[in-house]
Amino acid sequence: MKRAARLIVFYAGLFGLWTLLAQLKIWPPYLFPTPWGVGEALYAGFQDHSFLIAIAVSMRRVLIGYAISVVLGMILGLGVGSSKFLEETVGGLLVSLQSLPSICWWPLALLWFGLSQNAILFVVIMGSLLSVTLAMEDGRKQMPKIYGMAGRNLGASGLQLFWYVLLPASLPFIVSGLKQGWAFAWRSLITAEMLYLSLGLGQVLMMGRDLNDMSAVIAVMILIIAIGYVVDGVVFKSMESRLQRRWGLTSST
Amino acid sequence: MSTNAQNFPAQLPIPIDPRTPVRADGSRGKTGLATALHPMRGVTSDVPKVGLTDICLSYRTETGERMLALDHINLQVKAGEFLCIVGPSGCGKSTLLHLIAGLHHQTSGEVLIDGHQVEGPGTDRILIFQELGLFPWLTVGDNVQFGMKMKGISKAEREEKTRYYLRLVHLSQFKDSYTHQLSGGMRQRVALARALATEPDVLLMDEPFAALDAQTRDLLHDELERIWAETGRTIIFVTHNVREAIRLGDRVALMTFRPGRVKREFPVDLPRPRTLEDPTVARAAGEILGELREEINRSLEVEYNVGAKPNVEVGAER
Repeated sequence: MKRAARLIVFYAGLFGLWTLLAQLKIWPPYLFPTPWGVGEALYAGFQDHSFLIAIAVSMRRVLIGYAISVVLGMILGLGVGSSKFLEETVGGLLVSLQSLPSICWWPLALLWFGLSQNAILFVVIMGSLLSVTLAMEDGRKQMPKIYGMAGRNLGASGLQLFWYVLLPASLPFIVSGLKQGWAFAWRSLITAEMLYLSLGLGQVLMMGRDLNDMSAVIAVMILIIAIGYVVDGVVFKSMESRLQRRWGLTSST
Repeated sequence: MSTNAQNFPAQLPIPIDPRTPVRADGSRGKTGLATALHPMRGVTSDVPKVGLTDICLSYRTETGERMLALDHINLQVKAGEFLCIVGPSGCGKSTLLHLIAGLHHQTSGEVLIDGHQVEGPGTDRILIFQELGLFPWLTVGDNVQFGMKMKGISKAEREEKTRYYLRLVHLSQFKDSYTHQLSGGMRQRVALARALATEPDVLLMDEPFAALDAQTRDLLHDELERIWAETGRTIIFVTHNVREAIRLGDRVALMTFRPGRVKREFPVDLPRPRTLEDPTVARAAGEILGELREEINRSLEVEYNVGAKPNVEVGAER
């Protein structure tokens, strides 16, 4: 209860400050909109379906890109995590590549895939693949060795061992990596969409700038934050807590 | 080359050298022993269920030294026999089980099952790990049927056998629980059911009851003995508790500390069921304890790197 009260006070204060600054009219309204201006933009955006379409398009892209990088990342990560040679060579390369902002792949993607969906997907994949791979590699190493041995002992080998033992055994250790991968995928997507105007939330955002409609810009920013937060807080949180309950890692049991 | 014979003390009972030929009645060359320790019972077949010949295992330590962990281990286990292996910690008895399970590979020597060389893991021999290795992401029932699932056995048959084996270890009502919801003794029984469900010929148990309280352990001793009698499996059971070994085993093999060798083998021919408190069990344990104590003192010496020999009490109930 106390925490909720603190949060309400904080956001009410923030809202008040925003209203105050907007009312003082230090900056013109098209540069610094009022909260209700943003509210109206949100309403209008949903009213003419442009936001809904943008969300659907963006979600589709990020889901495809993220799914591909999770699958690839798991294979790569397990490979790197189970071989000393690959760890030293590929593993080192991956760590150094991680310092590269994913949008740096954009020019390359344009040349390879042209101005298309695939170019955006490529950037999204490059954005999240590395963190999924590194998380998987780390999970493979952190995972107690006993599970792999027990699995082999009970007759599992090859793909069976991977699918039924190594993957589930390393899940608690890679959830945070999957989460980070999602955050990277989402950011990369929005960035790429801002550069390539083909629907999506990133484009709507740029459109707001082009039309000097700061209310719309902030409305879309709020949407982007909200979607990222919901996926992180709802999807991954529930996955995490379910895993912890199953594994008996919570103190409540 | 060192031989087991070097380690044999002069006094009785005379040790069984594994390399002495097996007589037609199954006993070995020099095993006419007095006391509670009797000659082995007859074998049914010439080929032992598990045959270890001249197993050596060495590895390189972090400092680059070559460590000899197992030194010419020779052991034969008959089908249906309950063999206990005792030895101080660090003598390589767990490693030996891993070799039989095919999870590691020996430097030299052969592991034979029914006369066939072991190449890797196989469901004809299942190891119950000291730390169990139950899968926390699966329910008790799914843990038990894991091995069957890997074998490609149909779901209906799996379900039926899972029910059977869970009943065998008295865990029927916990089929849908997760392993962390169970007590230590119950988890132990899940591991036993999981191992039995793959229907192995040989059950390898690595100090399975070491972490349990005395009451639970007594209970599990009874259950294991019952299940062994019911299923007729060959069991190789590693422990550091001599009384437990006498309580359960048809035979007890004593291993030395670094390098691990089979120092002596003691046939146990006490009537079953036995209990840990039986005076006959205590007497039989006494003889082995004397020799085990030497090994433990040696291991402590190495560990503390001092000349003093603390006379430790081993095998006593905690």
